[in-house]
Amino acid sequence: METGTWKVKTGLAQMLKGGVIMDVVNAEHAKIAEDAGACAVMALERVPADIRAAGGVARMADPTVIEAIMKTVSIPVMAKCRIGHFVEAQALEALGVDYIDESEVLTPADESHHVWKHDFKVPFVCGCRNLGEALRRIGEGAAMIRTKGEAGTGNVVEAVRHMRAVMDGIRELVQTPQEELMAKAKEMGAPFEIVVEIHKTGKLPVVNFAAGGVATPADAALMMQLGADGVFVGSGIFKSSNPSVRAQAIVKATTHYNDPKIIAEVSKNLGEAMPGLDMKQIPPEELLAPRGW
Amino acid sequence: MKIGVLASQGAFIEHIAKLRELGVEAVPVRLPEELEGLDGLIIPGGESTSIGRLMRDYRLTQAIRDKVKDGMPVFGTCAGMILMARKSSDANFESLGLMDITVRRNAFGRQRESFETELDVSVLDEKPFPGVFIRAPLIEKVNGTVEVLARLADGTIVAVRDGKMLALAFHPELTDDPRFHQYFLDMVSGRE
Repeated sequence: METGTWKVKTGLAQMLKGGVIMDVVNAEHAKIAEDAGACAVMALERVPADIRAAGGVARMADPTVIEAIMKTVSIPVMAKCRIGHFVEAQALEALGVDYIDESEVLTPADESHHVWKHDFKVPFVCGCRNLGEALRRIGEGAAMIRTKGEAGTGNVVEAVRHMRAVMDGIRELVQTPQEELMAKAKEMGAPFEIVVEIHKTGKLPVVNFAAGGVATPADAALMMQLGADGVFVGSGIFKSSNPSVRAQAIVKATTHYNDPKIIAEVSKNLGEAMPGLDMKQIPPEELLAPRGW
Repeated sequence: MKIGVLASQGAFIEHIAKLRELGVEAVPVRLPEELEGLDGLIIPGGESTSIGRLMRDYRLTQAIRDKVKDGMPVFGTCAGMILMARKSSDANFESLGLMDITVRRNAFGRQRESFETELDVSVLDEKPFPGVFIRAPLIEKVNGTVEVLARLADGTIVAVRDGKMLALAFHPELTDDPRFHQYFLDMVSGRE
């Protein structure tokens, strides 16, 4: 019997596909998310919109919060560590969380290096803005990828940009002649073996979710049609006027992403969405997506 | 032969790929009308609470029960097995209640306890089957005509069959081994 294998790490992400992973800050939120049909929850102290508003250094959540959420729901519980903060990751593994998100939403602990994720039995999900960044994280051991988007904005524009960049990158690699793959790997700063694998298979070797700015059922379905395997919704649910109803609607839209009649139906009477931010309103030094490389 | 794969949430694409490798037409099922004309149904792994809720909201729960009553073969893996079971020790959703077994969800612990192990399966050839167990359930009790097909070394039941129904606690769709999918197709065609 072998635990912590690549197969079981990537396999859990495969089980989450077609689903919605919701940010929650307490056991009560977690229960609402589970009842709405979330396939997992992300345990946090504050949702990204509040982290953005609070400023200062954002760190791993208090283990008390994470444990309370783990006790309340039977679906997988994820939690975030700072980029490069392998001791926060060790602590999260000791708590028994099901997935660790090495996340740009928290303040990076290391501006040059990410966590070496192969050493952990608990799988990691990491953010990316393009295919090269995704493959660097997979090379370090990430068993799941999510596009970064711009968390806490309620604006899907960056999520779309990053998903298109990843999918375009894959399409380009498939078309690239074999003898040019090494130069491509060098240009992308990506591990050569994974570049070759994608050239052959036409897909990422791990599951890829969309994140960062999804606020409505139509946003979720848009990300699915662009090629996401599932969606993360952060502030979009619990910063809206009716979290439970909106959460259920986003779950349905993610399953029925190719059925416009259902998208229209579930978009009715959801109340106010979270207030959104235009990217131009955010000073460049306050953007989260450029954190990490 | 046309097999449907429940596509509410979870690893349905992997099952569809396996079926297509075996030369069978495979289609995703998200709505009751998509059950028409199917020779069999696979309920994949995923989150059972999420799948159970989407099945109920889109009227699939009763539609699947009716089809199975009319003889449609069904194959569930992991969450699919939980949804097929008549009883679950901690269910907080409505299951299909198709098979007379009692299951326990997340029975081995959290993700860090997920594991791979080789299984001897009574109805396959002597080569062990690669068992991939992810936050897996186990079968606490089997009743009536339910037949046990595989156990872990400690005796835990992880694979069962009852008539035209097959249920596994693990994920053959994540392996390169097509034998369980072939076994199900043989059940469907009556070739066994």
